[in-house]
Amino acid sequence: MADELIQARSLTKKFGDFVAVDDINFVVKQGESFGFLGPNGAGKTSTMRMIGAVSPVTSGELSVLGLDPMTEGPRLRSRLGVVPQENNLDEDLSVYDNLLIYGRYFDLSRSVLRDRIAELLEFVQLTDKKDAKISALSGGMKRRVIIARGLINEPDLFILDEPTTGLDPQARHVLWDRLYRLKQQGVTLIITTHYMDEAEQLCDRLVVMDKGKIVAEGSPAGLIKEHTPRDVVELRFAPGELEAITGRIEDLAEHTEILADRALVYTDDAEELISIVSASNLEPETELVRRSSLEDVFLRLTGRTLVD
Amino acid sequence: MTVPLSLRVAEAEARFYRRTWRGSVVSSFVTPILYLLAMGVGLGSLVDENLGYGLDGVSYLTFLAPGLLVATAMQTGAAEGAWKVMAGMKWRETWKARLASPIGVPSLVLGHMIWSAARVLMVSVAFAIVMTAFQIAPPLQSFLAVVPAFLVGVAMVAITTSFTVRLKSEAGLPMYFRFVVIPMFLFSGVFFPVSNLPDWLQPIALVTPMYHGVELARAIVVGIPPVVAPAISVTYLLAWIIAGTYFAVSPVRQKLKP
Repeated sequence: MADELIQARSLTKKFGDFVAVDDINFVVKQGESFGFLGPNGAGKTSTMRMIGAVSPVTSGELSVLGLDPMTEGPRLRSRLGVVPQENNLDEDLSVYDNLLIYGRYFDLSRSVLRDRIAELLEFVQLTDKKDAKISALSGGMKRRVIIARGLINEPDLFILDEPTTGLDPQARHVLWDRLYRLKQQGVTLIITTHYMDEAEQLCDRLVVMDKGKIVAEGSPAGLIKEHTPRDVVELRFAPGELEAITGRIEDLAEHTEILADRALVYTDDAEELISIVSASNLEPETELVRRSSLEDVFLRLTGRTLVD
Repeated sequence: MTVPLSLRVAEAEARFYRRTWRGSVVSSFVTPILYLLAMGVGLGSLVDENLGYGLDGVSYLTFLAPGLLVATAMQTGAAEGAWKVMAGMKWRETWKARLASPIGVPSLVLGHMIWSAARVLMVSVAFAIVMTAFQIAPPLQSFLAVVPAFLVGVAMVAITTSFTVRLKSEAGLPMYFRFVVIPMFLFSGVFFPVSNLPDWLQPIALVTPMYHGVELARAIVVGIPPVVAPAISVTYLLAWIIAGTYFAVSPVRQKLKP
């Protein structure tokens, strides 16, 4: 299909005996924003690196923009934009020089680059930092420079590996806003993240990865609907109290999760559940009602939390 | 594709160098001046007094200068192949960033070689200018001696790069300098003829790239024919350059594109 930018069939990546990506299948379509959600070590980065033609495929089939990353690497990479997990900008050079040097790797002329850098700095709201050294920028600004760098070749596919990890909430929102705009402009995005709010904000469709495998696939809302009841009641107890009453909490609803300091009770009718808890002698320290999120989907599918 | 993209890599290195070029150019001139003053003029007066006629029939300063020219190129090459490579692969991660672009590992390594060769050429030419200024040799001979110095320097870039890309950490580099670079500097015929070395050490000196460069440079400046035929020495140095560059490629691929 012409509108399928990425097709992966039985895609596998091994490092020696370790299976980082275990026989996964997925398709990314033109213009969509596709996410890989999972904890550290789930195989997200290995998958991204195979798509970006910087890591050989161990077995299975992978086609990106109709090209084979194994044999057409340089041609493929010339059409990709990549935002790596780490900040690998040249710290001692200016913002402008970083972008110029990177653009030259794509064999773009200096005059084309001059205009494009101006546009991109405008886009990431760093025009006034053009001549600043990278080392003088905040973490959020560095990420924005990396985003501008990734867009320098006007890519057909933009790959972002954990774009906001380590940033404060405000910087994350600025970044999300920029990525949302790219999405509006029709740029196809692939995003890996272990933040469920990031996946909910940015992804049209996503796969949940755990231990190298895809454990679920769908839209954020669809996944929540499919895998968990609508609401969650979080009951917090004093340390040590939970163990004794685990059985009674599990009787409250069809699906519950017992964490270290609190219990999650899933329900379609939170009010009724609260009144049942009040009538009982469970006496939690606090009760909190919230909507189910992708975090809960992940917990349900794997029995573990995303960020620990 | 490899050649034009490797030029882009060299261009990036040049842009990075531009940041500190003033200090670098100053030291390219100051270092030879200091060495020639201390070793050539200071130590040289002692040597010349004792030998009466100097080494190989010329003053110690004249004997020493072409060797030091090659030694400077050699050390520059080693530094480029060591710290620059460690920085690109590990400290700054610039190599990894480059590989996400259309640049492949061969272009990356070749680009690094091209820029490092340019650096070797810069310090060698600076040395030749100082040699001319000290009136050790006429300009023509001084600048001709840059050719073997350049070959030795580039060979050292290739050898050192090939070594550095195989290291797990930078801890191996000081050892490399202590046990390879400094002995080569001291025992390859720069300060005294290799024939003065104990017999068992002479063959070791002979296989170093540096020895061949020193012999060629000295032949050009002093006029004594070298022991090994120049064509063989040049071929030998070129072989080191090609082999070192070639063997640097696959460890980079293994480490940065696992």
